[in-house]
Amino acid sequence: MEVMPKWAEVTLVPLISLLLAAILSALVILAIGEDPIAAVNLMVTGALGSTYGWGYTLYYATNFLFTGLAVSVAFHAGLFNIGGEGQAMLGGLGVALACLLIPWPHWTLALLGAAGAAALFGAAWAAIPAFLQAKRGSHIVITTIMFNFIGAAVLNYVLVNLMRPAGSMDPATARFPETTHLPTLHDILAPIGINFSKSAPANVTFLIALLACVLVWFLLWRTWLGYEIRSYGKSEPAAKYGGISPTAITMIAMLISGGLAGLMAINNVMGEAERLVLNAVEGAGFIGIAVALMGRSHPFGVLLAAILFGFLYQGGAELALWTSIPRELIVVIQALVILFTGALDNMVRMPLERLFLMMRRRNA
Amino acid sequence: MSGSDTSGRQETAAPAIELQGISKAFGPVQANKDISIRVMPGTIHGIIGENGAGKSTLMSILYGFYKADKGEIFIAGQKTDIPDSQAAIAAGIGMVFQHFKLVENFTVLENIILGAEDGGLLTPSLAKARKTLLELEHEYGLNVDPDAVIEELGVGMQQRVEILKALYRQADILILDEPTGVLTPAEADQLFRILDRLREEGKTIILITHKLREIMEATDTVSVMRRGEMTATVKTKDTSPAELAELMVGRKVLLRVDKKPAVPGDVVLDIKNLHVVDDKGVERLKGIDLQVRAGEIVGIAGVAGNGQSELLEVLGGYADATGEIRVNGQPLDLSGKHSDGRSRRARGIAHVPEDRQREGLIMDFSAWENTAFGYHRDPDYQSGVLLNNAAIRADTEAKMERFDVRPPNPGLAAKNFSGGNQQKIVLAREIERNPDLLLVGQPTRGVDIGAIEFIHQQIVALRDKGKAVLLVSVELEEILALADRVAVMFDGHIMGERMSAETDEKELGLLMAGVGN
Amino acid sequence: MDFLTLIQLLDSTVRLATPLLLACLAGLFSERAGIFDIGLEGKMLAAAFFSAAIAALTGSVWIGLLAGITASMLFSLLHGLASITFRGNQLISGVAINFLAAGLTVLIAQDWFSQGGRTPSLMGGARFEPITLPFAEAFGSVPFIGPIYQELISGHSILVYLAFAMVPLTWWILFRTRFGLRLRAVGENPAAVDTAGVSVVGLRYAAVMICGVLCGIAGAYLSTALQAGFVKDMSAGRGFIALAALIFAKWRPWYALYATLLFGLFGALETRPDVIEALFGIKVQGALLGALPYVMTVIILAGFVGKAIPPRAGGEPYVKER
Repeated sequence: MEVMPKWAEVTLVPLISLLLAAILSALVILAIGEDPIAAVNLMVTGALGSTYGWGYTLYYATNFLFTGLAVSVAFHAGLFNIGGEGQAMLGGLGVALACLLIPWPHWTLALLGAAGAAALFGAAWAAIPAFLQAKRGSHIVITTIMFNFIGAAVLNYVLVNLMRPAGSMDPATARFPETTHLPTLHDILAPIGINFSKSAPANVTFLIALLACVLVWFLLWRTWLGYEIRSYGKSEPAAKYGGISPTAITMIAMLISGGLAGLMAINNVMGEAERLVLNAVEGAGFIGIAVALMGRSHPFGVLLAAILFGFLYQGGAELALWTSIPRELIVVIQALVILFTGALDNMVRMPLERLFLMMRRRNA
Repeated sequence: MSGSDTSGRQETAAPAIELQGISKAFGPVQANKDISIRVMPGTIHGIIGENGAGKSTLMSILYGFYKADKGEIFIAGQKTDIPDSQAAIAAGIGMVFQHFKLVENFTVLENIILGAEDGGLLTPSLAKARKTLLELEHEYGLNVDPDAVIEELGVGMQQRVEILKALYRQADILILDEPTGVLTPAEADQLFRILDRLREEGKTIILITHKLREIMEATDTVSVMRRGEMTATVKTKDTSPAELAELMVGRKVLLRVDKKPAVPGDVVLDIKNLHVVDDKGVERLKGIDLQVRAGEIVGIAGVAGNGQSELLEVLGGYADATGEIRVNGQPLDLSGKHSDGRSRRARGIAHVPEDRQREGLIMDFSAWENTAFGYHRDPDYQSGVLLNNAAIRADTEAKMERFDVRPPNPGLAAKNFSGGNQQKIVLAREIERNPDLLLVGQPTRGVDIGAIEFIHQQIVALRDKGKAVLLVSVELEEILALADRVAVMFDGHIMGERMSAETDEKELGLLMAGVGN
Repeated sequence: MDFLTLIQLLDSTVRLATPLLLACLAGLFSERAGIFDIGLEGKMLAAAFFSAAIAALTGSVWIGLLAGITASMLFSLLHGLASITFRGNQLISGVAINFLAAGLTVLIAQDWFSQGGRTPSLMGGARFEPITLPFAEAFGSVPFIGPIYQELISGHSILVYLAFAMVPLTWWILFRTRFGLRLRAVGENPAAVDTAGVSVVGLRYAAVMICGVLCGIAGAYLSTALQAGFVKDMSAGRGFIALAALIFAKWRPWYALYATLLFGLFGALETRPDVIEALFGIKVQGALLGALPYVMTVIILAGFVGKAIPPRAGGEPYVKER
């Protein structure tokens, strides 16, 4: 029996979780001797008060959209992909190779090529854990964690020994050529008369991320492949009965997931840094977990959650700049969101369900 | 075996167990309603009722798993509170669950002492327990190797360990929940001899079952439960199976299906020398030969776990096998890429699986999403890579009407339908595809009486349209009522085939035990 | 490679293996009871910070150790609350704990000390000092055995000896006591424990809290013995290597010792590329060597070298059923 109406399930549960996370974060701010309200004000002005702020917020949101969608697709197949971080790292390698090795005539072609390479590399990095899960039953959570570390080591090796320009001490690739530079939101919005900040990193990738959202939704709820992914995620015995191959779905879902995580690299590596540095992903792969949990693995929810986290990241940077609150506050908030929307889900849900049951009894 | 003398002798003593006015609700479902019962010491008391009648709930309350909303428990005349299993054990109650509660990679001895250790250190506890265990084994004739690891023992032995566990805890009252579900008739008889011996030693036994035969053979008194209520308690020798059946169901039922004699046509399913080895390396099917013709229902009888499930899995396309299966004369792939549910459906095989909640339905999906399940890549449900959701919904509405699914709401999640209506959703999906061969596993398990009749009629109607039906059921009654021909499985073999009109439960029972040709 | 280099290498192997061993045994208690814990990293980090911080403030490393253990246990309690009481997803809870520790430690460090997320350097009684075992000096001159005793066995902090003593103790608790029997049972089949009248919740909380204590000691070792003070993210993936070691060890105490020593050796070699070059004649990148434990764990998980079978009820919240 359904205790809670669907609207409550998709809105109340995440909102209450968010509220709990917010209250606890406010307490943390109070505890370190700062004013939470002033902090929120500062964050809002810093992240949303100017096109510069929005430019950063949307830039971060773009990263989180990709990694959030990546985690969501895997969740729908009943798989917990903690490897978004490593997959995004390898996606960056794909982008760097595509941008440096191929002389692209125009950014549009470069974008297509780099996106392909990013998705391919990301998917490849997810493929081994996926294969081991599908064929050998190796727990995908553990293998993807291991692959994050292995990915970091591989990237380190490649950057230090193979791709570092001669004479440079920096473990980073050379700058990408001019023709691969992506238009920023400023470049896109200027022709239609909107004056968007020139220095903010948000770029055309944001639109691609939105497109990815729509495509993922389409995939999951309109195609038979999505139907098979969701079926497998809900019940493996049923999937087998229904003629759905667990091996194929595990592989496909993880390849899509890894590909999405890898795609993040066209935003941070190609769109922003315009070269590949060691720590390009900056934890965005992990934030994808929070985003997916908060967005209930639905692309629209993921969009909202990604923008919220984009806001938190930009706002947090502003806080660190103007107050003594370090950026790590955001990590705490992120942890609390994961805790309440993920691990302590029942703590939020059980009292709510009781409430609805009581209301129903009263009405009956 | 019916020990009315022993029960008569003890009539004057305080009851070993007395329940007064026990009630328990799970949300809106009233599982137990005002139940009172007295069980005299040194007797075997049966509790019989259909699935879902509330027997297990009642016993779980007695064993401290659930707390009753209302009512009182008296043990040997003393009012006793049983908030948890520990209290139940302290009150001298032992329980053998339907699904054993053993740690599979522990030894027998370790399982026996778990929770009843003698001090903080294991070595002395184990030594002491070994002695006590051997004494118990001797006293009750329950021989088990104390050092055997549980997962290497058969189910009958594992059940003995469960009984020894209770005895080791000095239980005076032993509750057994559907103890014969996993046993062969021979093992079941052995169990009843053990229970007899326990009664002679003064133990009180409560036997929960839905099998009339066991009640008649083993118990002194019997209580009947129906829809959460206790409808009667009678002495076993004063009642008859017919009377008990009526009390269980609430009206006189003759589990008989109106059907014309079968007119078997061509062979649709032809199985030759089929072998299955499971992923643990155990051979589950050991050379099955079986034919099913158009226009007949072939029933597979047998105690659960003798290879029936594996047979259905192979035919349904989700277990590998060796040997030969032909459908309408053409061979089926038994492993590899073309041995999956989808390929089977394409060959005209429909499958109502044994466990509809685990396999047949995705409980979180809506009824309409479930209606497409397995057929979601058929042309009428999809176009290109897309699902045709509108067509599936329309089709679901039509099916729900034809099969009288209630509530007729395609958007409702499968988990929110009753057992019978869930089964109707599965049946509608499979039958309406007009298959050449229908596989049906446990069609009426956990289904209410009204829906049982409807489901049986649908299966017979499909047969009368000239289709082949392979029916697997652990309910002999159902097999005899529905099938035209019966094949009995035991230990991965087909022990024999009989025309259902020419056999009876007794003959089939022998075959199920591995006795016979 | 000469004898002394070997001794030095093994000496740093022991020092690097110690936190891994403690965390690995911590995970062993938790996972043997059926509670997966990928939050070892976070608990270690929290303990590292609080032991260093409190040791710096009080000047006593013992009070620091206590504070570290307490912090780690609080995180364990949170994990227990999420995964035992509220039957949440144990993996997600672990992820949350790792981030919570990563964020909170820097936040509080900044608030207390304003040194960019560090604690002040620890000195004197605020650190665990090496212990010289009896006769180490005297034995030193005995050939072969002398240096082994003086350099390798003697001269570690008390926590190192504690960690190694924990191995037989863990084995004894698990396989020779009533508590151990019940703990293993609850990780294999909680229903069996429940119907035997023992509290599943109680046992699992006990296991999770023991895990907290051991992670606490591991973290304290990092900041007060291995190094002199806390720096941001100083656990540096050791919690995950410990997890890898646990799988490698197939959830057994003695194997855990061997696995962590092996991974400790990789860590020691990482800082001595000259040794590898001398031994194998090739230059191996430190980063790649650092990834070796992860690669080996993947290979073990893939079942190519013996199958690692986790406790059967691991990761599953216990729900009573008839």
